Amino acid sequence: MIPATPSTATDGRPAAAGEPDWLAGRWRVQSPFTVGLWALAALTITLVLIPPAYLLMRALQAGDGLWPLVFRERTVVVIGNTILLAVSVGIGGIVLAVPLAWLTTRTDLPLRRVWQVLAPLPLVIPSYAGALAVIGMLGPRGLLQGWLEPLGVDRLPDLYGFPFAAITLILFTYPYIYLPARAALLGLDASQEEAALSLGRGRLRALFGVTLPQLRPAVGAGTLLAVLYAMSDFGVVTLMRYDVLTRVIYTQYRSAFDRTLASALAVILIGLALVILFGEFRMRRRAAFYRVGTGAARQPRPVPLGRWRWPAFAFCILVAVAALGVPILTLVWWMISGTSALSNLENLPGAIGGSLTLALLAAVATTLAALPISILGVRRGGRVADLFDRLSYVGWAVPGIALALAFVFIGARYLPGLYQTMPLLIVAMAIRHLAQSVGASRAALLQVSPRLEDAARTLGRHPLGALRAVTLPLAWPGIATGALLVAITVLKELPMTLLLAPTGFGTIATEIWTATGAGQYGRAATAAVVLIMLTVIPTLLLNGRTGSRTRH
Amino acid sequence: MTLEGTTTRRTVISGIGATGLGLALSGPLAAAQDATPAATPAGGTPPVVGGSLTVYCGRNEELIGSLIPNIEAVTGVTLDVRFGNTAELAAQILEEGDNTPAGLYFGQDAGALGALAAAGSFAPLPANILDQVSPEFRSTDGLWVGVSGRARVLVYNTAVTDPDTLPASIVDLPTAELSGPIGWAPSNASFQSFVTALRVAEGEDAARAWLQAMIDAGAVTYEGNGALLQATGSQEIAVGLVNHYYLYETLAENPDLTIANYYFPDGDLGSLINVAGVGMIANSGQEEQAQAVISYLLGTEAQTYFSQETTEYPLAAGIEAVDTLPPLANLQQPDIDLSDLADLEGTLALLTELGLI
Repeated sequence: MIPATPSTATDGRPAAAGEPDWLAGRWRVQSPFTVGLWALAALTITLVLIPPAYLLMRALQAGDGLWPLVFRERTVVVIGNTILLAVSVGIGGIVLAVPLAWLTTRTDLPLRRVWQVLAPLPLVIPSYAGALAVIGMLGPRGLLQGWLEPLGVDRLPDLYGFPFAAITLILFTYPYIYLPARAALLGLDASQEEAALSLGRGRLRALFGVTLPQLRPAVGAGTLLAVLYAMSDFGVVTLMRYDVLTRVIYTQYRSAFDRTLASALAVILIGLALVILFGEFRMRRRAAFYRVGTGAARQPRPVPLGRWRWPAFAFCILVAVAALGVPILTLVWWMISGTSALSNLENLPGAIGGSLTLALLAAVATTLAALPISILGVRRGGRVADLFDRLSYVGWAVPGIALALAFVFIGARYLPGLYQTMPLLIVAMAIRHLAQSVGASRAALLQVSPRLEDAARTLGRHPLGALRAVTLPLAWPGIATGALLVAITVLKELPMTLLLAPTGFGTIATEIWTATGAGQYGRAATAAVVLIMLTVIPTLLLNGRTGSRTRH
Repeated sequence: MTLEGTTTRRTVISGIGATGLGLALSGPLAAAQDATPAATPAGGTPPVVGGSLTVYCGRNEELIGSLIPNIEAVTGVTLDVRFGNTAELAAQILEEGDNTPAGLYFGQDAGALGALAAAGSFAPLPANILDQVSPEFRSTDGLWVGVSGRARVLVYNTAVTDPDTLPASIVDLPTAELSGPIGWAPSNASFQSFVTALRVAEGEDAARAWLQAMIDAGAVTYEGNGALLQATGSQEIAVGLVNHYYLYETLAENPDLTIANYYFPDGDLGSLINVAGVGMIANSGQEEQAQAVISYLLGTEAQTYFSQETTEYPLAAGIEAVDTLPPLANLQQPDIDLSDLADLEGTLALLTELGLI
């Protein structure tokens, strides 16, 4: 037996003295509390695996005719496009989000509070609406061209395909990276950076050597969300006419009525997602992110930007104009120019109620389902916990329509009493959005030292009590960020709501879909503006909470 | 519901049917206040059957929703309507199998109806329903029936295109002299039904050659009809292959657009008339209700609604299309059996092979 040294506790879990690290959490006698956590996590992961299992079953049902279709040349091209788009959205998102997060939390950026409010807001714009806005504004004959017409510009360059798809997805998914990065920055202990500075490191070296590496779990989790979102999104790639796996999958579902090729391609997409998931996991450096010394964590002093202050300000303006200004202007333009803008509003109050109910229930359910997985991943570790952590992302990588039809199949055949009821819709939503909550709460829990929990337990707290009294309050900003992400994404969700909601249940998203289908762009724009205003409120609440909270 | 109440409501509703030809039915109950009662119901009055019916409706709620109270009043059937995408709802019925809650499927494409018919989801409809619709607009096996017709057209911008310069046949479209690119929506169900028709009528090779010629001519892909109308209006493209009624939706929303429909003449395949139609789900236990609702949809009131409100071609009850449309009788339907359009698989294989979907 190799004696455990304190340094083996590097991934944030306590190693019991006298037993090797790899044994921890496997054979040690588990408390009933831990057993309960394992049971809940296992149940959730089983539910997560149902859709992939269904898709595999459907794909395998096909005769021999399927495989030449699956492994044709075009599939290779489409897979290549999917990977290119995913990688670009990941890199582009980090390039936008991390500087924004740092600027808005740690510097003397002008109007810092305003940018804190604006930076996460592009998340509230449905990417489909964002795509329409980008086309309406920057398309070959869009609004910008109209303004440039007097200057003799009668056509802008055609950016359909990869450029438009990547630009749109980066602009509307970077908040997935920004939000956890900001939460992590707020949770950091400034004394480490100050120590680096006092040891003679420059500001920049302290930033890159000390601060940014500590953001890695948060940025990694957020980037995974953005990348997997880009892989499963249908609206943007369709409108931008870029050929990726989801687009082919949706086309098959919508026009072929033959679900086998669609399922086979969805299985390939899940495979790709798993490669990315486990790749990110291997790259993740195992390290502790909590403070271990005595004394209180310190709030850092703002870094003076000096002559970079105004260029940084310009960067923020550019992002805000592109990701908020353009789509909101376009929506408002449609509202003004469409004759239907203020007609047929009688469905809207019901739709708002439906959206809020669904978002709230789904956020609570997803958070509760995610916590056992992230707690086990951070505190117990081991192969099973790591596997659970990775698998919790699978639902996010499956295109919504494929996930919805899996639940149609299971629900109608095996759960007739639950089919097309709210509980099953909420379960499906929780599975789809689990990754957002697991990612955010995991990053937050990593910043809480297990020794605080141990201390509470030595003072007589039950494990659950210690968790509730010590760890969860400290990790709350991150957990709440996850719940907010879930709520916002559920508000925008369409295919699962259409297929799984109780008959007659409407949301703002279905309202937008109905209006768009009837060519009433003005009415659709009105509903979209309502949706955006609705999601702004929780975003502001969260900002207030994370911004003013005193850290320990 | 008491018998007396039933009679009163039916009288009022049939009053709308008789006097409401020019009325917007989107406000049916408001209109009912002024309607003259005691008009004789035209067409077959559906029987009052009561009970409830779950409808999977692939047509837009905005277009169909205002009919629901009337259907309920006339038939006495309580409707549970689930709205969705025509193809996705078809896939949903297939996934649900025998446990589908649906009793009636209302799709806006003969291909989707044909696919469900081929999968055995539909029960045969009685002759008295089928006979109300001309044979070219219903299933040869009596498994589904068309409710309203929609023509394929070429939308163009009147500011830059003289319709006399447009080709007489869609076959010549790729080589036509146009003011800009052609737009199309290969993933759109109606377009795919047209390609199926092209394959059936002209053969596989001719269909492939036409698609290839379109690709070579630089045809621009859009997501759907609505996007094509917008793009034609903004002159992003010169012409777009669409369904005829999108023009009226788009103009209602944005009256300043200078766009119009061009119908390929003389029974050209380019002006194929597809249908929105219904099929009765087999063994649903809601057959009686489903038939009552289908009868309503083929009756005077609903057919008038489809003519006036959705600007489609009515297919039953002797109702004419609005006079801004060329009459159905003048539009020679190409020699195509809509039931043959169920062979979407071949079309998809072709479109896939050419990299269009």
